[in-house]
Amino acid sequence: MQVPAPFEYERATSVDHAIELLNRLGSEARIIAGGHSLLPMMKLRMAAPEYIIDINDLSAELQYINISDNEIRIGALTRHQQLLESDELAAALPIFRDAEKVIADPVVRNKGTLGGSLCQADPSEDLSAVCDALDASCVIKGLDGERMVSMHDFHRGPYETAVADGEMLTEVRIPLRPNSSSAYHKVERRAGDWAVASAGAAVTMDGDVIADGRVGLCAVGPNLTNIEPISEALRGQAPSEELYARVGQIAADNSSPNTDTRGTAAYKTHLAKELTIRSLRKAVARATGTDTGAVA
Amino acid sequence: MTVTDDNTNAVPTPDNNLNDNKPVGYGRMLRKEDPRFVRGLGQYCDDVELPGMLHLAILRSPMAHARIVNIDKSAAEAHPKVKAVITGADLAEQGLAWMPTLSNDVQAVLATDKVRFQHQEVAFVVAEDRYSARDALELIDVEYEYIKPVVDVRKAMDPESAIIRDDLEGKEDNYCFKWETGDKEATEAVFANADVTVKEEVVYPRVHPAPMETCGCVADVDRVSGKLTLWSTTQAPHAHRTVYALVSGLPEHKIRVIAPDIGGGFGNKVPIYPGYVCAIVASLVIGKPVKWMEDRTENLVSTGFARDYVMQGEIAATKDGKIQAIRTHVLADHGAFNGTAAPLKYPAGFFGVFTGSYDIDAAYCDMDAVYTNKAPGGVAYACSFRITEAVYLVERIVDCLAYELDMDPAELRLKNFIQPEQFPYESKTGWVYDSGDYEPAMRKAMDMIGYDDLRAEQAEKRAKGELMGIGISFFTEAVGAGPRKDMDILGLGMADGCELRIHPTGKAVVRLSVKTQGQGHETTFAQIIAEELGIAPDDIDVVHGDTDNTPFGLGTYGSRSTPVSGAAAALVARKIREKAHIISSGMLEASVADIEWVKGSFQVKGDPEKSVTIQDVAMRAHGAGDLPQGIEGGLDASVCYNPDNLTYPFGAYICVVDVDPGTAEVKVRRFVAVDDCGTQINPMIIEGQVHGGLTDGVGMALMEMISFDEEGNCLNSTLMDYLIPTAMEVPDWETGHTVTPSPHHPIGAKGIGESATVGSPPAVVNAVVDALKPYGIRHADMPLTPSRVWEAMQGNHTPPI
Amino acid sequence: MQVTMTINGEEVSREVEPRTLLVHFLRDHVGLTGTHWGCDTSNCGTCVVWIDEEPVKSCTHLAAMAGGHAVRTVEGLEVDGELDPVQEGFIQCHGLQCGFCTPGMMMTARALLDRNPDPDEATIREAISGQICRCTGYSTIIRSIQWAASKERETAVELAGASNEGASA
Repeated sequence: MQVPAPFEYERATSVDHAIELLNRLGSEARIIAGGHSLLPMMKLRMAAPEYIIDINDLSAELQYINISDNEIRIGALTRHQQLLESDELAAALPIFRDAEKVIADPVVRNKGTLGGSLCQADPSEDLSAVCDALDASCVIKGLDGERMVSMHDFHRGPYETAVADGEMLTEVRIPLRPNSSSAYHKVERRAGDWAVASAGAAVTMDGDVIADGRVGLCAVGPNLTNIEPISEALRGQAPSEELYARVGQIAADNSSPNTDTRGTAAYKTHLAKELTIRSLRKAVARATGTDTGAVA
Repeated sequence: MTVTDDNTNAVPTPDNNLNDNKPVGYGRMLRKEDPRFVRGLGQYCDDVELPGMLHLAILRSPMAHARIVNIDKSAAEAHPKVKAVITGADLAEQGLAWMPTLSNDVQAVLATDKVRFQHQEVAFVVAEDRYSARDALELIDVEYEYIKPVVDVRKAMDPESAIIRDDLEGKEDNYCFKWETGDKEATEAVFANADVTVKEEVVYPRVHPAPMETCGCVADVDRVSGKLTLWSTTQAPHAHRTVYALVSGLPEHKIRVIAPDIGGGFGNKVPIYPGYVCAIVASLVIGKPVKWMEDRTENLVSTGFARDYVMQGEIAATKDGKIQAIRTHVLADHGAFNGTAAPLKYPAGFFGVFTGSYDIDAAYCDMDAVYTNKAPGGVAYACSFRITEAVYLVERIVDCLAYELDMDPAELRLKNFIQPEQFPYESKTGWVYDSGDYEPAMRKAMDMIGYDDLRAEQAEKRAKGELMGIGISFFTEAVGAGPRKDMDILGLGMADGCELRIHPTGKAVVRLSVKTQGQGHETTFAQIIAEELGIAPDDIDVVHGDTDNTPFGLGTYGSRSTPVSGAAAALVARKIREKAHIISSGMLEASVADIEWVKGSFQVKGDPEKSVTIQDVAMRAHGAGDLPQGIEGGLDASVCYNPDNLTYPFGAYICVVDVDPGTAEVKVRRFVAVDDCGTQINPMIIEGQVHGGLTDGVGMALMEMISFDEEGNCLNSTLMDYLIPTAMEVPDWETGHTVTPSPHHPIGAKGIGESATVGSPPAVVNAVVDALKPYGIRHADMPLTPSRVWEAMQGNHTPPI
Repeated sequence: MQVTMTINGEEVSREVEPRTLLVHFLRDHVGLTGTHWGCDTSNCGTCVVWIDEEPVKSCTHLAAMAGGHAVRTVEGLEVDGELDPVQEGFIQCHGLQCGFCTPGMMMTARALLDRNPDPDEATIREAISGQICRCTGYSTIIRSIQWAASKERETAVELAGASNEGASA
């Protein structure tokens, strides 16, 4: 079996302690939460940090789903399983349950975390697309206190985020708007696989028209967040198959996927459209109370 | 005679426990091996822990084709926990740098001149613990000189391609071998006059057996006696021992190969890999036990792959659907070394059975096998020596014919089956099918799945733009290799020994040459003996997987355990029974002719009160007092069984899929498998074997493939990229059976281990292609991932290689 | 570093390198070889054990991270010489062949039944979807888990009946 290169292990006792450790140990220190992204990379020796800071004891500070009238705050250490099982979260933001059902597998979801997924910043990672669709912001904490960045600014590119040395992601904040809903669709070659492509949509209705809408895409291009032309096209429009198709085409036009073992660029581009259409259709149905529960 | 008794797909519950029948002989019974496995007490190779044991790790080439310019191992040697660092040059000094493959080619143990596939073995480290051994690999510095690799099998014979095997004297091209079978002229004549001919290129991509346990071993050379004990993940412990003796020069009696519990084999654990030889060398050199266990990447990138055939399939028929001839040209990719494990006279394995289950007038195949810069191997993954490829070809091309004739694929098959009265049937490529009755199996599968209703449903769905497909595969296998007049591996005949000893109290121990990797030999072989002798299976100990304690035989692969060793077990028990019969005549004071065998005891004919049990006889055989004249004491026997012929299991498989028209995702909705493996020993185990093989089929059809980029880099080197089906991709399997015993096998059993792996891929592919019929699609190659299906729907189907 | 955890109810302490993976800690340092490993990337699930009653892939978990926690392995399923119903179910329904994935499968199954005493087929398929079996094709594994579920429900009914009798007497 493959094994990581040697490192020193520290267990953080608080968020402040973790940040202190990060600053003391320098750029060769990495935080470990669920470990399902980091440890395989270390075993393949694609990552070889000198220090590992274990934050799994920080559940009191970092593991929560707090829902208020206009915002949901989720701690970075919140496990995928909690995001999947929380009925309150599913009621407010059904996109989470849609996505979590198809992220990795149940055993990995027991340990994997929201923060770990976002910080890994894999272009095929689902929760980044979810958070983008939801217009989420990330709270990053360092010695100088907290700062908040949008998902668009959080993702700097594949495997690269706005979290600097000595800082850690502590929380994700998602605005809650009335008359809104969301949905997520993913195509994978097999259960537990990374996305061939996926799309998440969030819409806010104003009577019969879409007041606001966003689509987050996954695995169809580097750092593909905040596709403004999609939101422009949706704003003030009555939902229709024709509208979904038009918006789907915008999603496809903004995609720039690569051909790889998961699929051809043409197919992934097609999926950007198809899955955008499906997730928009579902999100609108949910927001307008016309969802039949059908899969597509 | 074909028996088609009702199949039960009934599910065991705590109230019925229907598998727990405690038969004294054949029937459903719980497995004897399970109590240790469910407690976590199996003893697999990596569980072996010896005092002072060292750990070996292998440095592998990052490049597919390169000359080794220099290796600097000084930094690795300086690592405080490292005991030895060995390169190909070191091995060459001992004459151990190369070893024979099972196909009489040679393969580098460690590369000396150049590397010929990515991840080829270049050096190894032995260290005090497994972590340090891995660390030290990073300290070895190898300088390579790039050579353009030969990756595209279609270009391997181009004059501008580099010569891969320049180690072979006089080698000036990348040919591995040429092979042909059948009658070329007769086939040409039929094709020239046929109403309809169909041609299609059918690719069976490279796949990997990927058992859950990787390969590995622990080598322990006794310093004093010089005896090597090798715990090893091997499906063929005896064959391996002989090869080690030939390679290393160690006398064979000083080698003991122990195959402990094996976490799945599927052919992956038939070849001898460089790692085993490295561990043996290390233990010899250092004088301590040495363990080597592959990681998953090493398993996927370097050990026995399967398939990799590009087949030009052609079929000729009358316009009303009578198949007349099948012809094919095959381009076979054998990788960098011909590591195929197949009987020597059969370089293409049993591919010659590509005429399938059909009575045709002519057939011909010619094959070009070539070397490429890819991992060696070729016969693995429950393939029955290339019958997987043969069945896929014929079942795909028959469906292509059905498409062209606009004929129902079930009807087309029914019309062309070899008929029951034609058996034994000699095929146009010279294979003698022992027995078969195909139509009842086919009809049963169609009944079980509700074929006509499904076709009606499909028509309705097509009218609504929904995509649903029904795929049929009817296969005939040739297993149980094999008759020693025709078959050997490296000169070793493929006959199997078996030894049986009845203890004084009537308990027994049977010793097998074959080795289970999950097939349940400890149970089924006890049942075979039980059926013959009337001793309860729980009273029979089954010993296997230890060359010091079992008779010689060639091991478990190619579904040969039941056809060959199963026959040996039955015959050795009958030998014992004959002797017991004579002893009983003394005990009953009756002539042998007046005594009859009623399972478990000998009775005086017409006087059931006068009888002795086999246990009574066993005690008498070992006890005081005289035995009948000329009879030795004891109740032991041994045999070496040489099969007269192969056995020919068959089956009818039907698969139903739904395809999402928008995303091209394929969902396997139902799968019915009706198998005929002749006499059934334990239907529970047979069902289990079938279920596993069907899952393999879904894997190969929809997701599994080992692929390479243009530089020969393997793109599927972890289980993140090499996808194996989970419980989410497969349906609840529906199985049925018919029983057509083999006429030449002592108990009529034919073997079942690979039937489903062989038979299911075409059923799944045929179903997907059938679903895509509205798009005018007649063929699409595996793996049918969403992307590949979608591209086919756009008219852009491309072969996977 | 010194790592101390509870394994199958007993406190275990070992001096190990910080990088020691939990699966190696269990197998190589504690000698509990019932937990297997089959890949390096947390895809196959042969290494599943419990940490604090939750199934976890121990090949992708540091032993150090498990320090101070309660680990349960396949060796801890049998209690006082009595097999867990899940173990019995796997035997009765032929839920294993080579036995390599079995310990991980059973640990996940046990956790599932503790949360959901009557899971349907789809729920079981989902629960074991992070674990690969190369032999069984899963149907018999699903039957095994359902066997265990019915056995436990029957036992629960019997126990309830017995305690009712006790109350009335």
